[in-house]
Amino acid sequence: MNSRFALGTLLAFCCAFPSHGEDYAALRQKMVEEIIAASDSAPPSATVAAAMGKVERHRFVPAWLAAFGYRNQPLPIGHGQTISQPIVVAMMTELLKVKGSDKILEVGTGSGYQAAVLGEIAESVYTIEIIEPLGKEAAERLKSLGYHNVKTRLGDGYYGWPEAAPFDAIMVTAAASHVPPPLLKQLKPGGRMVIPLGASFMTQYLVLVEKKADGSVTSRQIEPVRFVPLTGGH
Amino acid sequence: MPRPPLIAIGMLSACVLAYEVLLTRLLSIVLWHHFAYMIISAAMLGYGASGTALTLLKDRVASHVGVAYVIAIAGMAVLMPAAFLLAQQVPFNPLELLWDNTQFSGLLAIYLLMMAPFFCGGLGMGLVMWHFANQAGRVYAYDILGAGIGSLGIIAILFLVPPHTALTLVTALALLATAVAIFEMKMQRKWIGVFLGMALLVAVVVPSTWLQGVPSPYKDLSQTMNIAGTRLIEERSSPLGEVSVVESPRIPFRHAPGMSLNATDEPPPQLGVFVDGNGPSVLTRFDGDLEPLAYLDQLTSALPYHVLKQSRERPHVLVLGAGPGSDVLQALYNRSAAVDAVELDRNVINLVTQRFSQFAGDLYSQPQVHVHEAEARGFANTSTDHYDLVQVALMDSFGVASAGLYGLSESYLYTVEALQTYLNRLAPDGILAVTRWLSLPPRDALKLFATAVVALEKKGVSNPPGRLVMIRGWKTVTILVKNSDFTPVEIEAVKEFCRNRSFDVAYYPGMAADEANRYNLLAQPYFFEGAVALLGPQRQDFIDRYKFYIEPATDDRPYFFRFFKWSAAAELLALREQGGMPLLDWSYPLLVATLIQAFAASILLILVPLAISQARRALPTAPVALYFLAIGLAFMFMEIAFIQKFVLFLAHPLYAVAVVLCAFLVFASAGSWLAGQWQSTKIRNSYLPVGISVMAAIALTYLMILPPIFKMLMHLPDPAKIVISIALIAPLALCMGMPFPTGTMRLANIARDSIPWAWAINGFASVVGAVLATLLAIHLGFAAVIILAVLIYGLAAIALRSFGGFA
Repeated sequence: MNSRFALGTLLAFCCAFPSHGEDYAALRQKMVEEIIAASDSAPPSATVAAAMGKVERHRFVPAWLAAFGYRNQPLPIGHGQTISQPIVVAMMTELLKVKGSDKILEVGTGSGYQAAVLGEIAESVYTIEIIEPLGKEAAERLKSLGYHNVKTRLGDGYYGWPEAAPFDAIMVTAAASHVPPPLLKQLKPGGRMVIPLGASFMTQYLVLVEKKADGSVTSRQIEPVRFVPLTGGH
Repeated sequence: MPRPPLIAIGMLSACVLAYEVLLTRLLSIVLWHHFAYMIISAAMLGYGASGTALTLLKDRVASHVGVAYVIAIAGMAVLMPAAFLLAQQVPFNPLELLWDNTQFSGLLAIYLLMMAPFFCGGLGMGLVMWHFANQAGRVYAYDILGAGIGSLGIIAILFLVPPHTALTLVTALALLATAVAIFEMKMQRKWIGVFLGMALLVAVVVPSTWLQGVPSPYKDLSQTMNIAGTRLIEERSSPLGEVSVVESPRIPFRHAPGMSLNATDEPPPQLGVFVDGNGPSVLTRFDGDLEPLAYLDQLTSALPYHVLKQSRERPHVLVLGAGPGSDVLQALYNRSAAVDAVELDRNVINLVTQRFSQFAGDLYSQPQVHVHEAEARGFANTSTDHYDLVQVALMDSFGVASAGLYGLSESYLYTVEALQTYLNRLAPDGILAVTRWLSLPPRDALKLFATAVVALEKKGVSNPPGRLVMIRGWKTVTILVKNSDFTPVEIEAVKEFCRNRSFDVAYYPGMAADEANRYNLLAQPYFFEGAVALLGPQRQDFIDRYKFYIEPATDDRPYFFRFFKWSAAAELLALREQGGMPLLDWSYPLLVATLIQAFAASILLILVPLAISQARRALPTAPVALYFLAIGLAFMFMEIAFIQKFVLFLAHPLYAVAVVLCAFLVFASAGSWLAGQWQSTKIRNSYLPVGISVMAAIALTYLMILPPIFKMLMHLPDPAKIVISIALIAPLALCMGMPFPTGTMRLANIARDSIPWAWAINGFASVVGAVLATLLAIHLGFAAVIILAVLIYGLAAIALRSFGGFA
């Protein structure tokens, strides 16, 4: 952890609302309500909302940022990585249409928060991280929080997790210049893959790849917000 | 003290200018942008605040000028590295600017830290100028000589050593200047040894790595180096950038931007190439076998080859921005007969031709490949060859582009004039292809499409819709502009190319609406609708009503990456909770924040101290205040506008900053000297209006003649271009140097005590003007900023008539 990061977070902490005495569960519930209120056109399903209401996001961010854990904003988690804005997590989870019996692959564990949310819904989650310290921290965190259905691994996510394939859904949160063909192969027919695109702190849009029963794939590009660049007819 | 410390003054001035230029390099490495406007503003603030401090303290230091001077230079020597090191400890992450308000305090802290060394430098200079006022001419001459050597010398040094080593050398030079000052002013000799020893220690003994910047952890290179097994295997540095080559054996790079979802190929082994920590572009292993390069045919940028196949088997290709060679490999894969690869940075070329030539399969020595070390616009402008394909490579990284990090950067690669130049290089039926990252809602693609439409119109093409094609994948967009109408066979080739790769056709001549949006589904067929609107009679209406700024970029307003519109800001901010924040480019708020802090800091540090001191009794009259405010603003408007304008000619912001700053300083100072000489002659009452009129005439003439001059001379080698740039700026700067001393001398005749105020007001205007000029250039263009500067100078001339003081 470099000193600049530590100093920044300290400064942020000093400026934070005093939330030590507050009940994180209440904050979490408030965050979910905010997400539902903000998602005017397509609010998260009850399943996704319940999952996000359960996962203790403040435990997935550095301790000094715990007070900000339930703000609807991305936060730094060290190693140049971020934890996504909660509303984006809700959106991505929703897009995967996860069922209780599903087996999910996640490429890019990060803090482990997204895996935990998926773990609340799916039967099993397999998650791979390429940054070793981050992956180790996430593995320990997920274990200590009781997410025993989330399997973690360090290494190259390009070839997926062949031993556990095929998957009902795949989430690729690691930056990728292209969708790894092996991942598409490990996606079950009828399965869905979600890829958020954009820089750190800035998810620009989501790509949803759907694999049809015949093995062909289509994709949809989904903006996190309803922002019509042009109003009025042309 | 018998004589002024002239050599030390020259050295001090060289250090100040070298440091100012060097900071633009260092900030490019540590953050994402060269922040030239902010550094110039901080330098002006330092100088302005030092003027105020000197006014308030001069009576106290009058008997210790020598000591005070030495302390000031030594302070600068210490603060130059210290400010840079401390600035890196400041928690400032531009990417969080819109999420976290505390980032603004980080920005302010960095600004004030950058100001500190300039404060000391300004104090030192001011002390000598004040104390040796009767020898001001000589002091000024050494000051100018030093400034010129410093600003240009640092460029030469950056060819030899990396920026952090250059900072060490500049620090050592400042310590040496301190020792020289002690010697020149005949102070206690023992201190000479101390400072000489320190200079030697810093330059020779202390490893320069202590000043190596820590790049933001969010930069591409920092993130790559977090991956297990990655290794930095080569680093090269020049004023154009720090090139880093990274090997990642455990988790290979596999760079294939936007590869088709239908593709099954995996890229061959690659090395990541980063410039100033941004990237990667990749150096791909090549052994002469084209088969492993099949993945390159699965990118949207491969489209032009499939269109050209309909009429010619082996095209002649020009790749602009060839980098380490991906687009050249794509050309070879598509059996090109000849490829001219243009790359600006010699270090990048040398990676392929020397250090990694074996890995790269001697790519740039292949018989059909000719590599040119040149700037893209300059090469396209002066080449006499004609090509079947001009391919403008996707040079910027996705992360940098998608975060809006280039919003304030000039890019002369995607302007209307640039596209016209590229089109001029096309053979009959040739194709210009430009690939950009896909952004949603569409920004880059539609702006580029609009730019292409205007470029075709300006070339007198009667049917632009017949010459354009746009396709999009899930991550990239490719636009083709043909030198003639696309034929039905070629259009069929476009459709087949897209069909096989599940790319979408966004526009082709005669396209039906239901053909859009088939594979990568959008909520609406934005790209098709946008393209149709941009080709229709209501184009301007569409551009005006679009919520992002997609007006074509021009050489006068070369901010291709600026998409921010004030009219949409409130709506986007309201979408923050829904995840809409990324649509607000951070660079624009950063500029506005810098302007606000420049305004506040210059009031607090320059004007307020005077207002609460004895000097408050000598408040200047309104015309005097207006005069010094006007000439401060106008000078900075001219300087910043010309720096940005010369980026096109000199091909890099750093060259432009160094050369234009040097030329303005040297010749403005010469103008000041002339004004001083003329003050005691018959023309004392007439030279300034004449000077301002000449300056106005030159500036306005330049608006017309600089573009053709640049076009004509762009092919010349850098040293020749530097000399020409200086010669072009010289007469302008000479005239611009006259108003300040003239005003000061007039004021000395009528209200001597108001001089500190006049200078402070001028300092305030310079600090604010540096940032304001950039903001105005983005909105109005360089021409408008220059015209505005001329008008403000006119206002100054009127104000001068009103405050009297004619000798």
